[in-house]
Amino acid sequence: MQIFNVILILFLITCAIAVERTKDLLAAVIIFASYSFFMALLWLLLRAPDIALTEAAIGAGVTTILFVGVISKTRRME
Amino acid sequence: MKKAFFIMTLVFLWGLMVASIIQMPTSGDINNPSYNITTHYYINKTIRDTNAPNIISAIINDYRAFDTLGEATVLFISIIAVSSVMKNTYLKKREEKGDH
Amino acid sequence: MDDLIVRTVTKWIVPFIQVYGIFIILHGHISPGGGFSGGAVLGSSIILITLSLGYKKASGIISHSTSALLESGSIIWYVLIGIVGIISGNNFLTNRGAGFYMGEVGDVISSGMIPLITVAIGIKVASTVITLFHTIIEED
Repeated sequence: MQIFNVILILFLITCAIAVERTKDLLAAVIIFASYSFFMALLWLLLRAPDIALTEAAIGAGVTTILFVGVISKTRRME
Repeated sequence: MKKAFFIMTLVFLWGLMVASIIQMPTSGDINNPSYNITTHYYINKTIRDTNAPNIISAIINDYRAFDTLGEATVLFISIIAVSSVMKNTYLKKREEKGDH
Repeated sequence: MDDLIVRTVTKWIVPFIQVYGIFIILHGHISPGGGFSGGAVLGSSIILITLSLGYKKASGIISHSTSALLESGSIIWYVLIGIVGIISGNNFLTNRGAGFYMGEVGDVISSGMIPLITVAIGIKVASTVITLFHTIIEED
C-alpha cells in the first residue's frame, strides 16, 4: 500500500508539471482532469471518501466541461 | 547571475519545506496536537446531539451550519458574476435603442 | 453531437446517474456524501443531456428561469430553517432545541434539520452547475 501511495504521488507531480508545460490548452485541460482523478484516489487512500466523491464529481467532471466550454469560445493554442 | 539567484532561492525554500515536513507529527498518532478535546467531543457526543451517524455531515450541517450558509452565498455570488458578464441583456437593449 | 451511439447511451444512462445523485443527497447524514457531491452528480447528468441531445432538449427539461428560481429558493429555504431556531427561542440554526423531528439513528427521515439543509444545498449546487454551463455555451 505504501508503494501504491508513492506511485500515485509521483503521477500527481508529473501531471502538475505537464499541465504547466503544455502549449495546447485542450490537452492541458485533459491532463488536469487526470490530475483530479489521481487526487480523488489519494483522498480515498487518506480515508476521506466524501472528499473523494466531491473531487471526482467537481474536479474531474464539471471543471473539465467548463474549461472546454470556455476554450470553444476562445483560442485553443496558448 | 539572475538564474543562479533564482536557483539559490528555490533551494533555500525547498530546504525550509523539508525541514518543516520532518518536524510534523505522523498521521494518526495519538500524541498529535489535533487529537484534543474537540475531537473527543465530536466522537463521543455527535449521536446524542444530532442522531446522525455521519460525523462529518453533522459537523458541516449542524455544528458549523453558519459556515455552510457562507459557502452557499459564495456560489450565489459566482453565478451573479458569470451572468452579469456573459448575459449582458441590459447593454444589448440599450444598443438596440441606439442611445449609448 | 449528432451520433446514434452517444444519443442512445445517454438515454439509457441518465436515469441511473440521477438516481445515484438523489441517493447521495438523501443519505447525506448516514453514508459518505452530502449536498455538494450529490448536487454535482445531478448537475452533470443535465450537462450530459446538453452535450449529446442538444441545448433545446436540456432547456426543455430545466430552463433558465426555473434554474434561477431553484437557486434563490434553496438559499431562502436554508435561511428559513435557521429562523425556525430563532422563533423557538434559541440561536440561529439550532437543531435539537428547535423541535425538529429527530427520529431513530440510521433512518432516512431523522436527525432534525440535517437532511433538509442537505437537500437545499444539493438543489443549489445542481442548479448553479447547470446555469454556469448553459450561460457559457449559449449562442448569442
